[in-house]
Amino acid sequence: MNDFDRADPWGWLPHALLWTGIAVIAFPLYLTLVASTLQPQDIAQAPMPIFPGEHGPNNYLKALAQGSSMRLSPPVGTMMWNSLIMALVITFGKIAISITSAYAVVFFRFPGRMLAFWMIFITLMLPVEVRIIPTYEVVTDLGLINSFAGLTVPLIASATATLLFRQFFLTIPDEYVEAAKMDGAGPLRFFWDVVLPLSKTNIAALFVILFIYGWNQYLWPLLITTDQNMDTIVLGIKKMIGTGDAQTEWHLVMATTMLALLPPVLVVILMQRWFVKGLVETEK
Amino acid sequence: MDRKVIFPHQVLPYWLLLPQVVITLVFFIWPAGQAAWMSVLQQDMFGSSVDFVGLANFRELFEDPDYIAAMGRTAWFSVAVTCLAMAPALLLAVMADRVVRGGSFYKTALVIPYAIAPAVAGVLWLFMFNPAVGVLAWVLKQWGIDWNPSLHGNQAMTLVIVAAAWKQIAYNFLFFLAGLQSIPKSLLEAAAIDGASASRRFRTIVLPLLSPTTFFLLVVNMVYAFFDTFAVVHAITGGGPAKATEILVYKVYHDGVVALNLGSSSAQSVVLMLIVIALTFLQFRFVQKKVHY
Repeated sequence: MNDFDRADPWGWLPHALLWTGIAVIAFPLYLTLVASTLQPQDIAQAPMPIFPGEHGPNNYLKALAQGSSMRLSPPVGTMMWNSLIMALVITFGKIAISITSAYAVVFFRFPGRMLAFWMIFITLMLPVEVRIIPTYEVVTDLGLINSFAGLTVPLIASATATLLFRQFFLTIPDEYVEAAKMDGAGPLRFFWDVVLPLSKTNIAALFVILFIYGWNQYLWPLLITTDQNMDTIVLGIKKMIGTGDAQTEWHLVMATTMLALLPPVLVVILMQRWFVKGLVETEK
Repeated sequence: MDRKVIFPHQVLPYWLLLPQVVITLVFFIWPAGQAAWMSVLQQDMFGSSVDFVGLANFRELFEDPDYIAAMGRTAWFSVAVTCLAMAPALLLAVMADRVVRGGSFYKTALVIPYAIAPAVAGVLWLFMFNPAVGVLAWVLKQWGIDWNPSLHGNQAMTLVIVAAAWKQIAYNFLFFLAGLQSIPKSLLEAAAIDGASASRRFRTIVLPLLSPTTFFLLVVNMVYAFFDTFAVVHAITGGGPAKATEILVYKVYHDGVVALNLGSSSAQSVVLMLIVIALTFLQFRFVQKKVHY
């Protein structure tokens, strides 16, 4: 990159600083990993050992199959399943309704077009936090408390995804549309055969961002689920900790924490290329 | 900006828009309108009658010392989180932009916290600084510090700020790095040939060209600190001790959902709504067009 810097006697400095940064980022994760392989009495003695123990498999199996016995939490396996369904429905729901909305707004002219576009845009300014009680009431009135529909559908509207698809659709050459029309292809056929395949990278990028968004939801499940069998894992951890006193089964909590952060971290690492592109483009 | 060539269909676009518009109306616009409407109503103690009280809820809110304290706390909290999340991210991005070898490894490693839920980030830090079992809490005690965030408000606040910033560094790092990599290398080389030192090149070329990214990130980090940190606070402190970490979004949740004070909670919702609208406006009005070089 900066070739003229190569003879720099300070060339080691960036590496040293980056490793320091990585250490700060990784330290909490490392401690969590270590604690998830220890026995409760090892953690309770301050300070706990800083190298992994041998009880990892036990702790993870116990957490997955039983959860925390003291706090009466559901098995972590159930919570992960709930999280997975929530994350996937939110992700694909957002992508599906955003791509069709953007298609309608870009490829057609009809009365109310701009109104619909602005209405979707406005959702950017209405995060759950600013409409907690009334949204909760709507969901209650519709009988969606403690259901996957209640957990997911109200979060599915997406201004960012719609804006991203709209931006991209505007760059599709007119010749494609004209050729499709000449061949007698209707709008749905054009969408399915041309627009959708062209949008593959955008969909992959959105998948990463939205999966993380969905998996990591907290306030919404906190409001919508009262039945603990509907708990998502991110919410479940907090319940397992309780007040954080001596009663907390930290070895199980830490195993659960690792299980809670693994899926989104894997998605980011495995799909990093699309993720960076998607992040930088959706936010602009 | 519009397309020239379109499809001449009159019914289909409505069907395509229907799902998103219905969800938006039912779960966004209607509840937001309800929040605005409830903010000018007052329910009596038994919930039997509801009166229109105009701006009384807002007047009460701004005369409430608790709310004023929460506003000040939120301001301090969001400035602290923003600085603490942006400064190290800029430093790391500048370093990652300089290294020739290992760049993609550093990038992958530093991006990971982006994927971690705010609540989980909270739990990681809660564990390290738990007075009974935390490793870093133990270190602090060895240094003679009376560490107990469930008793000392400023300690709780520090913990919440650090956990919230820790998670956000990854995001800022990515954007700073993208910004740095879009600065033409020829500019820097020309300056180097003219004898400008590394620090001078950074001050007079890199920083000015990076300013749109910086401004964009300032807004995004403020939004993050205002709204997305609810889970961090809820997981670590629950707003305590003695409201020491009760920021505005925590308070609107607590007053509405836990204390069931609907009038006040709705008024708080409206205040928060105005804050998001202002921040979104800032972002789109001043940032969007200028981020591209």
